[in-house]
This record gives sequence, C-alpha cells and structure tokens, in this order.
Amino acid sequence: MLRMVVCVKQVPDTTEVRIDPETNTLIREGVPSILNPFDAHATEAAVQLKEKYGGHITALSMGPPQAAEALKKCITFGVDQAVLLSDRAFAGSDTLATSCAVTAGLRKIAQEDGLDLVLCGKQAIDGDTAQVGPGIASRLGFPQITYAIGIDKIELDQRTIKVHRRLERGIETVQAPLPALVTCVEEMNELRYASLPNMIRAARYKPEVWTAADLDVDEESLGLHGSPTVVARIFAPPEREPGEMIPGGADDPAGAAASLLDKLLEHLAAGAGE
Amino acid sequence: MSESEGAIAPKFDVIVVGAGPAGVAAATVCARAGLETIVFERGRKPGVKNVMGGVLYTRPTAEVFGEFWKDAPLERCVIEQNAWILTEDSAIKLGYRSRQFAEDIPNSFTVLRVRIDEYFAQQAEAAGALIINETKVDEVLQEDGRAAGVRTGRPEGEVYAPIVIIAEGVNCELTKALDMQSDLRLEDAASTVKEIIRLDREVIEDRFSLGPEEGATIEMYGASTQGMLGTAFLYTNQESISLGVGVLLADAVKDHTTPFDMLKQLKQHPVVAPLIAGGESGEYMSHLIPEGGYNRLPALFGHGVMVVGDAAQLVNGLHREGSNHAILSGKMAAETAIEAHEKGDFSAKTLHKYRQRLEKEAPTMNDLRKYRRATGFMERHPWMLSLYPQLAADSIADMMTVDPETKRTKQWNIVKDVIRRGWIPRMVWDAIDGGRSLI
Repeated sequence: MLRMVVCVKQVPDTTEVRIDPETNTLIREGVPSILNPFDAHATEAAVQLKEKYGGHITALSMGPPQAAEALKKCITFGVDQAVLLSDRAFAGSDTLATSCAVTAGLRKIAQEDGLDLVLCGKQAIDGDTAQVGPGIASRLGFPQITYAIGIDKIELDQRTIKVHRRLERGIETVQAPLPALVTCVEEMNELRYASLPNMIRAARYKPEVWTAADLDVDEESLGLHGSPTVVARIFAPPEREPGEMIPGGADDPAGAAASLLDKLLEHLAAGAGE
Repeated sequence: MSESEGAIAPKFDVIVVGAGPAGVAAATVCARAGLETIVFERGRKPGVKNVMGGVLYTRPTAEVFGEFWKDAPLERCVIEQNAWILTEDSAIKLGYRSRQFAEDIPNSFTVLRVRIDEYFAQQAEAAGALIINETKVDEVLQEDGRAAGVRTGRPEGEVYAPIVIIAEGVNCELTKALDMQSDLRLEDAASTVKEIIRLDREVIEDRFSLGPEEGATIEMYGASTQGMLGTAFLYTNQESISLGVGVLLADAVKDHTTPFDMLKQLKQHPVVAPLIAGGESGEYMSHLIPEGGYNRLPALFGHGVMVVGDAAQLVNGLHREGSNHAILSGKMAAETAIEAHEKGDFSAKTLHKYRQRLEKEAPTMNDLRKYRRATGFMERHPWMLSLYPQLAADSIADMMTVDPETKRTKQWNIVKDVIRRGWIPRMVWDAIDGGRSLI
C-alpha cells in the first residue's frame, strides 16, 4: 500500500489578477481563488497511482481557513483525506517558512500513517518560485525528482520509483528509492471530469485543521519570524514593443516575402557581428 | 473505496435542478425541514450564469431568507422609481420618490446577481443543502411513470430522490423533455442585454440626487426599443449603473435588429447619455426572459416532479417581477415536498398542492391570470410604443412652446391632427382592449 501526500496551494486566478499601476501592488479584490494548476496535475497523478497500485492519498495545504476550498477540490479528484495547516503563526510565510511548516505537517502524517511518496506541483502560479517542493524534500531528507512528466513505475517490493523528467533538451528518466518527492508539470496527465460521488463527497467534506501547536516545530521558523525574504519591489513588466508589419502581402506577395528576407538577413548579420 | 467498486447511486430526499433564486429557495426550505437536499448548478458557482435587471423585492425574499437585508450584499435601497417615455430625442418623465420605501421593511433593492446568489446559496448550505457546482443535469430519470432521480453529465452521474424540483430557468429543456412544456415560440421570451457601467459612488449619488445606500430605477418605453415590444431600464448600484434593453424575440427577429444595437443607441440617447457619461463599461451580459405568462404555464407538477421559477414562466413582465415569483414558487414547492415526505406519497395527488399554494398563498397565479390578455395585447396593437410616445411628446412640446398661438388653438391643432390621420378608431380600440387586458 502506497501512502501518498499531495502538497497543494490555493492561489488567486492569475489570469484575472491585475497590477495597480500606481502602487505596484496586486489587485486581489474580487479575484477568484483556485487550486494551483500544477498541484491539480500532481493530485491527478496521485489518484492514477492509487488506481494502479492501491494506496491512500492525503492532500495537505497551508493557508487561511478559506484555503479549505482548494482541498475540497482535491477531494473531487478522488483524494481520501485532506489536512489544512492554518494558524496565525503561519501568516506572512515566505518559501522557507512554508517549507518548514509543511515539512512538520508531513512528519506528523509520516509518524501516524507512514509516508512513501510526496507529490507537489512544479511551482505555484502566484509566486512562481518552485522552491517549496525542493525545500520540503531537503528537510525530509527525501530524494527530489523535479519537472516530472510521467511516473514510469513504482516497485513496491524494491521500494523504488522511476520517473520521466522534462529537461530543456530532452527527457531524462531517473530512478530513486522511496520515500521520495516528485514535483509535476502539466504534461504529467490530463485532468479528468470528476465523478458525481466524488463531487458529493467533496461538498460534504470538512478538511482537518492543524495549528502550529499540533506540529512538532520551532515557532521561530514559522510565519514572519521564519521568513528572511523581503519583497523589495513589485512592478509590471514594460510593455513589449509592437512587431514590425511588412505591408503589401495581399497585392504583392513576392515583394513582401523579399522584403521579409532582407530584414531577416540584416538581423542575422547584426547578430553575427555582436 | 466504494466509488471504485461500482457503488449504488446516491439517494436524497429532494433533488433541485438549478441554483437560481427559485432552486435555492426550494433547497433552503427543504433542508431546514431536515430533508436531505442536493442542488445541481451548471455554473462555476451559483449566480455566475444568472442575469436579471437587478431589482430584488424584500418581502417575498424575506419569506425564505428572513431579514436578509441586514447582512446580504445588496447594492442600493430603491427609494425612487421612474417611468420614462422616450422619443428619438426627448423624454416624458414620471416618477415616485419616498423615503418610506427605505423604512421598516424596505420595499426593494438593486442587486448584482453574482453576489446575491452566492449569499442565498450560503444560506441553503448553512441549512444543510448540498450544492454541486459545474454539473449539468441531462435527464430526469423515471420509474413507473414517475420522476425518480436525475442523470448528470458526470461519470457515475445518477442520483435518486422521490422528488425532483426543476428550477432550470427559461430554456426549460428538462421540462420539455418530460412533456410538461411545449417548445417556446418567439413570442414567449424576450431577449435582454445589460451592461454594468462603472461610476464613482459620489457621481451616482450626485446625478440621481441620492443619499448613501439610496437607489433609483428608471424604466424606459418607446424609442428605447425602437417601437418594439419591450423596455429599457437603468438601475443604480453602489458603484455602477445597470443599463439594459429587452425586447420580445419575435419583434427583434422581424426587425432584424438585436438588443445589442438598441443598447448601443440607448447609450447615445440625449436624455440617457449624461447619466452614464464618464462611466467605464464593465461586464456585459445577455439572457432570455420568459414572457409567455399565464397562457404558457407548463404543467407545474407531475408524479414526483414540480417546476418552479422561470422554467415555469412565472414572470410578470409588465411589472418587471420575476425573482419574487421564483422565490415564492420555490418555497411553495418545498412546502409541498415536505408534506409529501410526511405522507410518504409523492404522486401528483399530493404535489398538486403546489399549484394550490401558488393560487392561494402567493399573488403569483392571480397576477399572471390578471395579465393573461396583456401578453397578446402588443401583438394586437403593435403601434402602441411608437404612436403614443411621439404624439404625447409632440403635444407636450407644442403646449409648452410660447408663441403667438393661443393654448386653445394649440389643443385644437393636436385634436385635428389626430382626426386627420384617422387615428380615432384605433385609439378607441386601444382603450377598450387595453382596459380589458390590464384592469
């Protein structure tokens, strides 16, 4: 039996987030919260592993009480259990403090039920740091397999996992001993349409809430105290300059193509000269 | 886990299809009585697919949701209601304003549906109802000639209950599939578009002479719909204005025009433009409104099934009332469902009490019956919204213009003009038929 935990985060739907041009802060008001898309793929990966090998899945998140909604979304995928780390002591956490708190949560789960595999999204779409997954792995002393696009197989007897990773220049297949931590990219799987029984279960489900007091963790490593990161400035990227249009394509395609070719050659020559 | 082993389909006491005001009211009342209630909503959450002009009446709403106005996300309390008759470039204005509308139990509020529907859904959930979003109901399941449950579009998507309350809205696909309603005609629905125009709170309060939290509504007839059967409306919200136009589908099709074009023109109307000047267009939405009225009522109940709200055509278009009838019909269907569970009899014999309740305990049926001739009135008198507005406006303009002519001569000129154009028989027929239709 494979004991799995998926670490998830509730994020603002960044397709609807705007930046206030005057104060350079995110306008979060009225922006719906969603389950971080990479985490959704990690959750689906866990469910598929459970279907293949059997097992038990816990979804774990840290956040304010309303983050329970993201965990309920995980239940619709077919996750067995969900735990929310929620406490004022966690407020203001950067990726370091988050890693510490989530690690403490995972240790508690490992002690009580055992732990073979941790799945995370590659990164959260609001911060884009991709630090928390590796942060947890190093604290737990688990091998970390990042950018996973597929889990080839798990040998329960040998206690190994073989994973395909997406690298810049190709796909790498690696094997690691269990317990391990895997961070997933979107290619990992296609999300399925949740079944009605899972939807009903999720609508009724109330995630367990653990506070800092429930965890064996040094309070100094949590929340603002444990967060050395300072956000110095947030700014919108400068608007990109518009591309150049080459006119006349309809009337004189040959001429337009020729002028495109000239420009490309010019560009190449300039590049070679640098 | 049971679901991977082909478990038995889940069972509830009541299934509600649709989380609009009618469905959520029904679910709230059922759940409060201890019935296991499940609500299916197509949208991401209740309210996101719903559109109405934006006036919510307090008393009928309070029958289900108590003193909701103390904590619900409302826009403004309506203290002033106006009816304007527009011509191409002028307006005749009539209005009533009173602070009494805001005192004790306020009469009505402007609302934005996304926010208020979510609030109502929270009340239903607090009462114990389960709301399942992003789930479309494809079919009402039947056993031995009675509704027994529904099939949703999800895997393992069947769920059973002895009572299904259909609150699916104007398109009424399930109601039609059950042969409880026939196909709607173009005369049975209005196409409405609405735009939310953002303006500063102070600007709105200035332009409409409103205090904080106070709101005004304007219904516009005549040129606002280019003579077609319909109305335009302008409602004040906290920091925006809802401006919309609705016309009977049949008229829009006949004139090859769209409510979108009409809204665009309305925004440029010399009387309307200054009210929305400087505003920033926000959301834009479009919806059908049932206009069939009493003549197009579906079978409101059957074995194990009841139809509520827009799906049942429970809209009084003339008085722009829909959500109040929706909420009351949901409540009465729920009370009937509770009674059926007490008796253990879910047949039409018990469920016909739903219609009786709508007749006796709500103004719904009486109001719809009163205007049963009104729905056809405009078809019989297509000139109503073009002839009279222009005549009235011209006459007023004439009487108010100070020139060498005496007032008596001006009056005579108007009368002579009407006679010369041969309008007298038409006007007599309008008056007689209008009287019969409206009084």
